[in-house]
Amino acid sequence: MKKIKEHVNAAGRTVPESVNGKPAIPFKGIGKYRPDGNKYGPGIPVCSDYPSDGDKLVPSIKDALIRSGLRDGMTISTHHHFRNGDMLANTVFDIAHEMGIKDLVWFPSASFPCHTHLIPYLEDGTIHHIEGSMNGPLGRFTSEGKMRGVGVLRSHGGRYQAVQDGEVRIDIAVIGAASADPFGNANGLYGPSASGLLGFALVDSQYADKVIVVTDNLVDFPCVPWQIQGNYVDYTVVVDKVGDPGQIVSGTTRITTSPDRLYLAELTGQFCDQAGIIRDGFSFQTGAGGTSLAVGEYFRKIMKEKNIKARFARGGSNTYLVSMLEEGLMDYLLDGQTFDLAGVKSMAENPKHVWTSPFTSYNYHSKGNFAGMVDVVILGATEIDVNFNANVVTHSDGYLLHGIGGWQNCLFSKTVILPVPLFRDRVPVIRDRVTTLCGPGELIDVIITERGIAINPLRTDLISAVKKSGLPLRTIEQLKKEAEQICGKPSPAKFKEKVVAVVKWVDGTLLDVVRLID
Amino acid sequence: MFRIYRITIFANSLINLKNMSKTSTAGNHGEDVRSDCLVKISLSTKGGIKLKLESRVERMYGDQIRSLIKDMLSFFQIKHADILLQDSGALDFVLAARIEAAIRQLIGDTREYLLPSADNKVIPSDRDRTRFTRLYIPGNTPKLMLNAGIHKADCIILDLEDSVAPAKKEEARLLVRNALRTVNFFKSEKMVRINQLPQGLEDLDIIIPQNVNVILIPKTETPVQVKMVADRIVKVDKGSKVWIIPIIESALGIENAFLIASASPKIVAVAIGLEDYTADIGVNRTKSGEESLYARLRLVNACKAAGVQPLDSVFTDVADAAGLKESAVRSKSLGFEGMGCIHPRQIGIVQECFMPGSEETEKACRIVMAFEAAESKGLGVVSLGSKMIDRPVVKRALTTITLAERFGILKKNWRQGYEKD
Repeated sequence: MKKIKEHVNAAGRTVPESVNGKPAIPFKGIGKYRPDGNKYGPGIPVCSDYPSDGDKLVPSIKDALIRSGLRDGMTISTHHHFRNGDMLANTVFDIAHEMGIKDLVWFPSASFPCHTHLIPYLEDGTIHHIEGSMNGPLGRFTSEGKMRGVGVLRSHGGRYQAVQDGEVRIDIAVIGAASADPFGNANGLYGPSASGLLGFALVDSQYADKVIVVTDNLVDFPCVPWQIQGNYVDYTVVVDKVGDPGQIVSGTTRITTSPDRLYLAELTGQFCDQAGIIRDGFSFQTGAGGTSLAVGEYFRKIMKEKNIKARFARGGSNTYLVSMLEEGLMDYLLDGQTFDLAGVKSMAENPKHVWTSPFTSYNYHSKGNFAGMVDVVILGATEIDVNFNANVVTHSDGYLLHGIGGWQNCLFSKTVILPVPLFRDRVPVIRDRVTTLCGPGELIDVIITERGIAINPLRTDLISAVKKSGLPLRTIEQLKKEAEQICGKPSPAKFKEKVVAVVKWVDGTLLDVVRLID
Repeated sequence: MFRIYRITIFANSLINLKNMSKTSTAGNHGEDVRSDCLVKISLSTKGGIKLKLESRVERMYGDQIRSLIKDMLSFFQIKHADILLQDSGALDFVLAARIEAAIRQLIGDTREYLLPSADNKVIPSDRDRTRFTRLYIPGNTPKLMLNAGIHKADCIILDLEDSVAPAKKEEARLLVRNALRTVNFFKSEKMVRINQLPQGLEDLDIIIPQNVNVILIPKTETPVQVKMVADRIVKVDKGSKVWIIPIIESALGIENAFLIASASPKIVAVAIGLEDYTADIGVNRTKSGEESLYARLRLVNACKAAGVQPLDSVFTDVADAAGLKESAVRSKSLGFEGMGCIHPRQIGIVQECFMPGSEETEKACRIVMAFEAAESKGLGVVSLGSKMIDRPVVKRALTTITLAERFGILKKNWRQGYEKD
């Protein structure tokens, strides 16, 4: 096999010139990459090709896939509104496998443990590679070099960008919806499989060559609100069950009970309070991790004590944010994805609980987005280095185990805080150099650990705001040193040369790569 | 010392032969176990060392773990053995304690393998220091030890008694020893609750030389038990500055409360254990605690008479924050000077209840100012309003002020706010 040339990008990471046979642009710096030309456009459809009575129902998913022209090498997209309760992706590739189709590209908005089912299809070549996220067993599979192509990791915003500028051309988008009409209007709000919203599928509906809507709750036209517009849809299919909303609450969507993590969350709340971030009319976003959720609870406590109301919070909605909305602690909940059934219910019933999409929130190829308007965002990381660079996709042993989600996009918030334990089961979180770079340090402001808080020296305003607060302030080097004193200095991950996955920045450039585990 | 060591080795060689086919096990491993490891060792007569390492952190720490094992085996002069180590991210002090525990079972060697002590110095604790909160940490659960210090309890108790299963007593003792040497508990006073006597005396041999501040004696019923502990401490370390806190947990103990509280100059406090006490008198423990009121008052009085701190029991419902607060307020009002905590989330609540209130602080300031003014005028007798102030009153006021300063209720320069009369 011919060796692909590599070069060093603006973040100091060595990246290949091409990925899966397509040329790739190295990361040039934040906001530096400015593509020219026009956005990608799908072919021009003609409405007279579609039934004028609006009935696009076909008997089965297989039938819809065949009518969509499913063949070798196509790019197929699915979405993660059901999180670990997704059934559609597995079904679609079961059919492709049965039909003997090969070399498909799976383009999910995220993958979950339920998708371990797809590993045999990656092995037998039904799926050539994944562009999206590779979590848990799929990540391990990728890291061990077993995937045929190179995995591509993108943020939620980056996925939107890749579709808009034509970097990824979706041949068939399969959208699972809790409610739909025969025309293809669809939403995630109502029905036995209600999952909240369909924001991640929006771009697919607009840009994919063929769009299939699958539901287990067919309603007569009109299905409102039409989060997905039937005017973009080719075929509709009714199945017995489209997804298991009970599995939406998976893994990281419950508040931590660990006393150490709760302390970390409390410290984060105190920091935001002391730094003057929690003030009337402010806005915040907490992620899905157990610690982030606990931070939200401390926000609630501080806001109640001081009689403070937020203008908006950004979700991932969950029972905690919903109750804050209902208690009047915020005017609006702007929600990109529901993390539990309380979120689903609230979105369906409360007009102040607004569904959004990666277009409104994160999109790079647009005239601004919401991410930068958020006062403070609380995120997680697997590793952070002394230059405040952070990693969310690999562990320190080098294995790919997580997707990026909205993490990169959220870094554009006014203040980015990462509460992380100083070490996890002997593995220090603060390192000399992150194993995989996912977020440049210049966008990351505050690292909060149970043993001290490090503020990015670039944020002189924050440093002076909390100088006299009595909070345990440290330098990031001090934190790193303490972690190594406790754990010992870990050996760096060992890799072979082969690139198994690439990490895209929000603009589509190559930020870093994940290499084959040695 | 040297002579004893040689005899031990001689004895070992006999035991070695007997234990050739025996496998020893120490530590914990399983789905939910973190920061711990399970070691299995069986000795053999030939074939060298066969090590099987299964570790979550193999790729980062495999070499370091192997070199630790090698060093320990050479320390204990083991040349032929089959070893399985299943590690879930244990730190060196945990690995070493587990391996040592497994080796001890096989060769009966009493030498101790000690890792270098961390640079957190041994700070002898003051007799009168604050002991509002003392956090119990199970003595055989390393995960809970690592960050115990971040929760700012006044005291941390590494427990060898009730929280450790009988079969795990030996390995817990080594783990606690290593934790005392290596884990940074920050400003918390380091306490160990030893086992009931006589087993607890063996704990002392291992624990006393290792950075411990206070020994807690469970289920104390007579002053003789306290004396046995005090004597053993001196036997292990003649100049030991380790304090003693007897825990009274029975009807007999309560009847002997004053004798126990004054049994040794090493005693700084006496604690009450209400779970066992209520069981002993045959009643259920209630949240309001009427059933133990007599015992608690008796204990407080005995402590005050003996000049030591009376410390209250633990509140066992971790989820009931309001109940805990009520209990702590009541405890303080009875004269207790602290409570046990079984979860870090209890610390803040208990501490707040035992902290001096603003009225109490204000009064203390006025007492101290009046006393200092009188002293500067050379007056022997001090009065505040219609009340006479003597030295203990001033001392208590100063204690309150020190506490108030420590908790930020009072600024260091508080005197500026008071005019000297």
